[in-house]
Amino acid sequence: MPSDQKKTDEQQLLEKMAKREYKYGFTTDIETDQAPKGLNEDTVRFISAKKNEPEFMLKWRLKAFQRWSKMKEPKWAYIHYPPIDYQDAIYYAAPRKQKGLQSMDEVDPKLLETFEKLGIPLAEQKQLAGVAVDAVMDSVSVATTFQKELEDLGIIFCPISEAIQKHPDLIKKYLGTVVPPGDNYFASLNSAVFSDGSFAYIPKGVRCPMELSTYFRINAAKTGQFERTLIIADEGAYVSYLEGCTAPMRDENQLHAAVVELIAHKDAEIKYSTVQNWYPGDQEGKGGIYNFVTKRGLCDGENSKISWTQVETGSAITWKYPSVVLKGDNSEGEFYSVAFTNNLQQADTGTKMIHVGKNTRSRIVSKGISAGKSNNSYRGLVKVYETAENARNFSQCDSLLIGDKCGAHTFPYLEIKNKTAKVEHEATTSKIGEDQIFYLNQRGIDTEDAVALVVNGYCKEVFRELPMEFAVEAQKLLEISLEGSVG
Amino acid sequence: MIEIKNLKVSVEGNEILKGINLSVKAGEIHAIMGPNGSGKSTLANVLAGREDYDITEGSITFMGNDLIEMAPEDRAREGLFLAFQYPVEIPGVRMANFLKHAVNEVRKYHGQKTYDAREFLQKMREKLKLVEMDEKFLSRSVNDGFSGGEKKRNEIFQMAMLEPHLSILDETDSGLDIDALKIVANGVNKLRTKENAFIVVTHYQRLLNYIVPDVVHVLYQGKIVESGDKELAMHLEEHGYDWVKEESATV
Repeated sequence: MPSDQKKTDEQQLLEKMAKREYKYGFTTDIETDQAPKGLNEDTVRFISAKKNEPEFMLKWRLKAFQRWSKMKEPKWAYIHYPPIDYQDAIYYAAPRKQKGLQSMDEVDPKLLETFEKLGIPLAEQKQLAGVAVDAVMDSVSVATTFQKELEDLGIIFCPISEAIQKHPDLIKKYLGTVVPPGDNYFASLNSAVFSDGSFAYIPKGVRCPMELSTYFRINAAKTGQFERTLIIADEGAYVSYLEGCTAPMRDENQLHAAVVELIAHKDAEIKYSTVQNWYPGDQEGKGGIYNFVTKRGLCDGENSKISWTQVETGSAITWKYPSVVLKGDNSEGEFYSVAFTNNLQQADTGTKMIHVGKNTRSRIVSKGISAGKSNNSYRGLVKVYETAENARNFSQCDSLLIGDKCGAHTFPYLEIKNKTAKVEHEATTSKIGEDQIFYLNQRGIDTEDAVALVVNGYCKEVFRELPMEFAVEAQKLLEISLEGSVG
Repeated sequence: MIEIKNLKVSVEGNEILKGINLSVKAGEIHAIMGPNGSGKSTLANVLAGREDYDITEGSITFMGNDLIEMAPEDRAREGLFLAFQYPVEIPGVRMANFLKHAVNEVRKYHGQKTYDAREFLQKMREKLKLVEMDEKFLSRSVNDGFSGGEKKRNEIFQMAMLEPHLSILDETDSGLDIDALKIVANGVNKLRTKENAFIVVTHYQRLLNYIVPDVVHVLYQGKIVESGDKELAMHLEEHGYDWVKEESATV
């Protein structure tokens, strides 16, 4: 067949798909209660007062703010963006809520509507999926389900603001122990101004019977989103936590700087899964979320395990390295990642596996997919301390290119200080095969479906780490993101 | 079924097919034989709609449609099947999932209802028997880690699932031992009906002992230089392609 004929078809397809709108682009009209623009000590005090926080928390925040004031924004990542004016943002916005919500019926109907649009029917999930959802809209948690059932097991799962009020001892003991307030520029910023987030504590020997889940969402214009999440699995405990993100369409770039801390004690296991589809910006790269996240887990006790699984399809800029500090002997860390970038998206993401204890093991599986004019970098560090006898690491970093205007980069770093360590690294870069696409075409599958099928196959190792329903959602999300990337 | 008229095809300015005429009717099996580089695979790929070929002249009518104007997936949906010489590996995509996609796409195209999971599994089991393959095979990734023989049997299995009108077998016999060859040929023979047709592209006569053709064509330097019955294939086996080359040189 004449090749120009084929091109025209593909161009048409491309144009059609490129015109699709961000599926989750809408804003909810709820009056917000917000801090004045800008960031100074007063802003920090305002936030702390709004949250009715105890004195120790205010001090903690102020200290973090002072650290942050003296720090410089890091520039080492392979991402490019105009300077962020930190004084031009609003650091706190809370949807107005009625006092003392006892049931879902009392939640602002407009909020519920927002969740409906996002495809998170809380009521339905409550009954069907057995998922306890702590839904965060902007900065304040609006609904928490399954609280009672979890309470009976001694599990605490609540907004972190509530934990600060009700469980100050746990907060004092753990907050900032994995990601200290002075850890890095964005972590310090978060420590000073974090608005809300989730807190989970699983007591000794308890296996959390359901997936804990939170949906984050940036809503009010020009509000930075500073989530703070803290999850502790005490000795022999197990928990699987799901985090999903969608954000409405905005013209200005919005800053998101979250901190997640995980602590696994002896024989405990934490599985943390993320599906992230923040607004990536339009085709010209206008708008979109700047996502600077610090996620770190501490395998504190022997035989503990922490596993990160992430599917990243959104954000204009992603700067994110979920890491595990393997302190306990025989502890285990895992990182499974799919990062998809399209149009002008930029992602610099990867992990750090820090081996401290004996016989510690880590596994890294990273799948990068670049389309359009996007840039996708894997940056990973495997560090083995002198103390880490017989440490083992396996890393696999694959990059898949769709089209010829995108970029894939791999930056693996190794620091090995113990000779007994065994570290393996495999990396591949491939273009999506025309042969594969033609083979599928010849079986009656059109090019768009064929690409989705090949990409899903490519990501399978990561998807199978996700809980079932989440895996399905992740696949759908990837398919939506792939639309229009064929050309 | 298919009518090819004066088909001329170039790749990067080099003319590979120099005016092919071929007519295949329902119920027929045509063999296309020829030495390496004669254009056999080019013909197979052009029929399936592969890019990178420029059709400079001629026409192809398939089931009453202008084939050249159709996208590869639509050709497949209209019932044209290519058994690939080199089946492509698609890691991570399970055979069962791939086939369900393919078969349901074809059914949707014809306005038929798609199979549910149970019906489909039953159908797959039934067709697997044709190529003497184990059910475990359905949970493997498409052609990934398959032996040469498994890949070829897989092509015939897919053909059985898709029930095409016209199947083009591109060197399906290459790299097969005699047992695998028999299984493949047996599968094809069982799928043969009065309504469908086959074009068997091969270098050797061997396969044609098992899949008996109605017509044999000899392709040489982009043209069909001889056509005949199965005796022609026997003749080629005995005398090789040199006589074709000589005859063609004297013309």
